[in-house]
Amino acid sequence: MSKQEQHWEKSRGLLFMTLAIWFVFSIGIFLFGAEMNEVTGPFGYPLTYWFTCQGSLGAFVILIFWFANRQEKIDEEFGFSERGDD
Amino acid sequence: MKGNFIDNLPKVYGIYTGGFLAFIIIMSIAEQMGMTAKTIGICFVAFTVAIYAIIGYLSRTAQADAYYVAGRQVPTVFNGMATAADWMSGASFVAMAGGIYFKGYGYMALLVGWTGGYVLVASLLAPYLRKFGCYTVPDFIGTRYGGNLSRFMAVVVLTVASFTYVTAQINATGTIASVALDIPFQYAVYVGLVSILLCSMLGGMRGVTWTQVAQYIVLIIAYLLPVFWISNKMGAGFFPHFMLADEVSRIAELEAQFGFVKNSAENLKEVPKGLAGITKAHSAVNATPWAFISLALAMMMGTASLPHVMMRYFTTPSVKAARKSVGWSLFFIFLLYSSAPMLATLSKLSLIDPTLPTGIIGKSISEVQAIDWYQNWNQANLMFVSDFNGNGTLELNEFFMGGKAVVLATPEIAGLPYVISGLVAAGGMAAAMSTADGLILAIANAISHDVYYKIIDPKAETAKRLVVARVLLVVIGFAGATIAALEIQGILGSVIWAFDFAMSGLFFPLVLGVWWKRANKEGAVAGMFLGLVSGAAYLVWVRTGGSGFLGITQLTFGIFGSAVSLVAMVVVSLMTSAPNAATQKMVDEVRIPSGKSILGKQH
Repeated sequence: MSKQEQHWEKSRGLLFMTLAIWFVFSIGIFLFGAEMNEVTGPFGYPLTYWFTCQGSLGAFVILIFWFANRQEKIDEEFGFSERGDD
Repeated sequence: MKGNFIDNLPKVYGIYTGGFLAFIIIMSIAEQMGMTAKTIGICFVAFTVAIYAIIGYLSRTAQADAYYVAGRQVPTVFNGMATAADWMSGASFVAMAGGIYFKGYGYMALLVGWTGGYVLVASLLAPYLRKFGCYTVPDFIGTRYGGNLSRFMAVVVLTVASFTYVTAQINATGTIASVALDIPFQYAVYVGLVSILLCSMLGGMRGVTWTQVAQYIVLIIAYLLPVFWISNKMGAGFFPHFMLADEVSRIAELEAQFGFVKNSAENLKEVPKGLAGITKAHSAVNATPWAFISLALAMMMGTASLPHVMMRYFTTPSVKAARKSVGWSLFFIFLLYSSAPMLATLSKLSLIDPTLPTGIIGKSISEVQAIDWYQNWNQANLMFVSDFNGNGTLELNEFFMGGKAVVLATPEIAGLPYVISGLVAAGGMAAAMSTADGLILAIANAISHDVYYKIIDPKAETAKRLVVARVLLVVIGFAGATIAALEIQGILGSVIWAFDFAMSGLFFPLVLGVWWKRANKEGAVAGMFLGLVSGAAYLVWVRTGGSGFLGITQLTFGIFGSAVSLVAMVVVSLMTSAPNAATQKMVDEVRIPSGKSILGKQH
């Protein structure tokens, strides 16, 4: 397999992992919204309510930065990283 | 100042922020010295708009890549701020807290959707489109799939979605300008339009970028300052985001105590149009999983298809920077979105808790009608009480409010000085202007670059292209303002439709263009055309009394449209021949972050 194919395979792996985590926080947990809301979440808010106000939103922010860093590592590994600026 | 403008950005915007804070302090001193509320409102709006106009003038340019993509040198963090301003519309600013206040959990799907969509932007699209080096979104479609038809279809979808959205934004600038400057709405719409064009006409994307950063700073200060101030004044906690659990449970307690009494249709006739009562639980789950998830999903896919957001990531210096920049964008959006539920909580509790001095439920009707702020907002058609059961006391079901009042009136109810209301008006204006600018520019650029330059006259010189681009900007702005002046659809409704239109026609053609090499021109054209048409048909059907299916409503019709688009695109692609070797090679190139972009610097 060429360097380029390997790079794409790894990038695709990272994409699936990112989308899986995205799915959990955007869709997965809300399948059980009513049940989860009985639980007390962070700072004392009802758990589902907290996820809609802060939890899921914050998770997305962290997820994107995590994804960007992982992708940069993959690019570096195969020598595809850009020089200089950021 | 030494060095070039880009290196000095932190300093420039640091000084700007300091200047704005100083302006707020000067205004509050002026208020103490007896300046009237009306003058303060005018000062806030006029001062901020003047600053944006100056930035717009200083950013003027005669170069195509500066006009279309700000010269591709916007640093990640600043592009994040600009995107956040581009993204957060008048609806986010003025109506979001109100939506949460009235609809609770069912509405929160929008918060999850409007943030979660950025994960799709960062992972599926933005870095690859940046590598492509296009000026506009149809530029990508047209080059990836080839042919004028695919390019033209993309322009059509883009225009339908963005135009639906932009009328709502011009409407919002008009509403705010008419309140702050005290002029009739029909004229205020055009005042708003002129302010919008001042930012974008001379500098194109460059002008819009630097004004949007300035607008973000104004809008975030205008949103956060009142939330923190109100929270502290009510003694709810000095950092509301972490400290309102008691208030949330107190609201639940009061809801249980008052109960949600249903009003008769006859009584509701008395209530002015657009006002609503509290009929839904604040923090309890009041929607089915599918209702929540389908709305969130539609907003997420719509986010990833809206061209005015995507084109912001064409302005970063590199692919790497485009990815990081999406993260910063969402961080800056998060600051406002996570505050909206807190504002809704504070606003609701301060109104309905009888043990608080501001609480009005349980007071006698005549007492409430004598309150100053009630009279003001009643006159502005945003508040209404009526003694339906004739017991002389205000009950929860007898109190009605407009959605905008949560942001606009809460500072006054909590007893904050008027300077805060002026600040909020400036913030709302900034939010609506920045989004309108991004959208009008997206449409005008697509038509000038993709239709005029790429299809009609490929030999046109840069100077002529930019004249066409500017003329289109003005024409589209005026068309939007004219429709906005008719006031057909409420602010929020048309915003949500824009997302559905965008996802119906563009989501799969964009994503599959990068992730599926086999996707070809015929498939993309079928996907865009059938997606948009079936989505629009579904909307018309439901609006004209159709029952819909699978729980897809007029707010989520994009789910149906994009499903049709996906099926059409895959089936037609597989039935026709695979893209040629050059196109396949181009897709391979796009997937490598380093190296030259597909399209040249000037094209």
